[in-house]
Amino acid sequence: MIDFAGLETRPAQTWGAARLVPLVRAEPIRDLRLHAKIYGDEPSLVALPDKTAYTAYIPHAFVASWTDDGTPAAAYGTQLGQPLRHVGVRVRRRLARREVKNRLRFLPLHLALEGFLALHFGGPPVVWEEWSRRAIAQGLSPRAEEAYSGTQVRGLDDALRVFEIYPGQCGLLLYVGDTLASAFVVPHPEDYLALHPTLVRDLYGELIHHYALFYPARDFPAVIDETTVSSLADLRGQAVRQEREWAAFHDSVMAAGLLGSPERVQQVYRLGRFVLARFLPSFERQRENHIGETITDEAGRLAYLKTFRLSEAQCRRGYLLARLAEHDWNVQDTAAALGTDAAALGLRLDRAGFGYLLRQDVLDAYRRAKR
Amino acid sequence: MDTYAELIECEDVLLFANAAITSTGQREFRSTGIEQGLSLDFLHQYIQGNYPDLYAGALALDINDHNAAMIIRNLLRERGVGDGRLIAWRLARMSPPRVYRLFRELRRDGVNNRRTRAIIRDWLAGRRDLAFDAVKYRAGVKAAVRHAHLRVGGELGDFLFAPMRRSRFDIPILEVWRRAHYEKAALYELPYTVAEGFAAWQGIDRGVFLERIAPQLTRLERLRLADSAKASGVDTRADLGAMPLVRLASYALSRPVTERGAEFAEAFRVSAARAAGARAGTWGKVVAVLDDSFSSYGSPVKRRRPLAVALGCHYLLEALAGSYTGLWLSRRSDPLGVRAVGATPLGQRIIDALELRPERLVIVSDGWDNAPPGLAGEVLRVWRRKLDPMGEVSVVHLNPVYDAEQFDVRRLSPMVPTVGIRDAEDLPALVELASFAEGRSGLTGLRAYLADRAARR
Repeated sequence: MIDFAGLETRPAQTWGAARLVPLVRAEPIRDLRLHAKIYGDEPSLVALPDKTAYTAYIPHAFVASWTDDGTPAAAYGTQLGQPLRHVGVRVRRRLARREVKNRLRFLPLHLALEGFLALHFGGPPVVWEEWSRRAIAQGLSPRAEEAYSGTQVRGLDDALRVFEIYPGQCGLLLYVGDTLASAFVVPHPEDYLALHPTLVRDLYGELIHHYALFYPARDFPAVIDETTVSSLADLRGQAVRQEREWAAFHDSVMAAGLLGSPERVQQVYRLGRFVLARFLPSFERQRENHIGETITDEAGRLAYLKTFRLSEAQCRRGYLLARLAEHDWNVQDTAAALGTDAAALGLRLDRAGFGYLLRQDVLDAYRRAKR
Repeated sequence: MDTYAELIECEDVLLFANAAITSTGQREFRSTGIEQGLSLDFLHQYIQGNYPDLYAGALALDINDHNAAMIIRNLLRERGVGDGRLIAWRLARMSPPRVYRLFRELRRDGVNNRRTRAIIRDWLAGRRDLAFDAVKYRAGVKAAVRHAHLRVGGELGDFLFAPMRRSRFDIPILEVWRRAHYEKAALYELPYTVAEGFAAWQGIDRGVFLERIAPQLTRLERLRLADSAKASGVDTRADLGAMPLVRLASYALSRPVTERGAEFAEAFRVSAARAAGARAGTWGKVVAVLDDSFSSYGSPVKRRRPLAVALGCHYLLEALAGSYTGLWLSRRSDPLGVRAVGATPLGQRIIDALELRPERLVIVSDGWDNAPPGLAGEVLRVWRRKLDPMGEVSVVHLNPVYDAEQFDVRRLSPMVPTVGIRDAEDLPALVELASFAEGRSGLTGLRAYLADRAARR
């Protein structure tokens, strides 16, 4: 579960298909600060500790600085007092890497995405006869997913440009076509000011790209019942009630899919009293599935959050892999658990892009059986 | 009783007045320059097609120069529509570069009827020193003279069309211009923009040039150059108190907050007192809600314009009112420390303002009420319907930003009149105009008002 304690929801601002919901922190977190490091436009290759490689377009990295004794930390860029110039390094080691003591560089969103891609990456652990030689030897490699950059999502750049940042704002929930595209939370308002423009360089799923083309978002205009008002104090009470109702509605309805999303949480790095972790959803179909990464303090309070909304096809792939892994990659057992037969499951795997995992003759037999 | 058609006409005219006061066809916070230009073009065509006489009469209002030039261009294209004297009067109030640009546009459009030529002729004849214009706006004067088929004889004609023919001029400024080609000392008697070219050509050091050209600088040039001249050790400071309010506000806002000292506050008071004139102190108890949200930054081409308008209005209202309170959305108390940041919680601030029990409430905002959206409109509606049905508090919303999509300035509520504003000095006249927007006075009243304005000019 994601805990939004300490973050207050403020009225949303809409532009085109985007609805932007600001999150304001009453008390900023001072001993952890974030800072962006801009990389060039070239694709990046990240060498992972398990000797595999992760290749993606990574426009920027975040640098987290923290202190051990709770005294205020300064963002990395502030310490240097330098503009964001960086020598383009193509090959990076690890997605989260300590730079010096008390400073960690990590690649936002890609940390979570790599977690998704590496899901059951090793392939079948038992050599059932249905799986191809390649699946046994190499697993799912190479495993690829596609996403759109924020600049390709229509209207997103304008929506972010005209958004009026609140004083004390530490986060933003971005809805496109009223479906949650991304959640972003940082520890300190100044970090937010610096990192707000990086949202347009982030990754967004196919679903978000399509929704941005079709669905304009409408404001929820305030409505005051004039029969309940007999003085200015009443009017003020009604105005305050509007804001409270919106916050309650948003947290319980609009963001509900996100808050309950994390199912498998994996701790990545420990930063003083904070923990950097990534999470995967349950891959349940017909509901929102978000992958993401968090930094939480010892009390579980959210300091940093970034999520990515999986598209339907991606959910389906995650779902199939998770179900297969549950049954040790036994096709019959999995099919039975899904309430279908082996041939249907085989074709589903094929449609999801995993046809290469099955032996060709087995797959052909499935196709014949279903014709 | 007004008919339905008359109501629509009244509305259209006010809509056009709002657009013509605010829009300059430039990029705004929420729309691009192209969108603004398209929207404005359409509106001009629509009004000119449907209400030709009112379209021409709009020149008498406090519309901005961009729209005045557009109207004149459209009027001259047609035969015999519009009052030639009104056009001449409006041209005389426009800045010369803009008039020369208009003449060049007329030339490009191929508009060259007798009336156009007469207007160009009269305008040029009315210039105080045409020789000076010929030096400073040489291409413009040349194009205008050619287009209007004017015969400019003697030295001026030679200067424009064959400057090398004469070895000396008798008109002093022309002679200075000739000498400046060869003599460094002569160029300091030329206008700054012309002298700058000569100085670069002759390789004169910037610091020396600025120091010696300083007496020739206009008020705006002084302001514009203040920073770069300071780097060269020259002080070109202008008399801030003599500036119009919004221009002064724009300048003040362009300075870092720490540099906006008492000198600015004093200049604002002087300028506001001049703008208020005899009306100073007559407005009773006034409360203003002023927008300093992020959107009041405007755009890179109209930098901080909405915020500057709000700041100008703040000081003017202070001068006009008996007792005055200005409420900024950011809850800042020091008007000189305002910055364009944050959201737009207009509704809450309007409640704050109404609690002070003013006689007059003025809201200066671009109308994008977003925290929460639509609350300001609801507050004003409930206030008018339930708490103040007699209209004891007069509320007016002044909007400095033209919304290209709605062909109008953005409104807060149908209960409250919204008028466009460009210069803070127009505020009293706009509050007059707002009574038409409220629907208290109908079309006949509006026509009479326009005729009166045209006669009063």
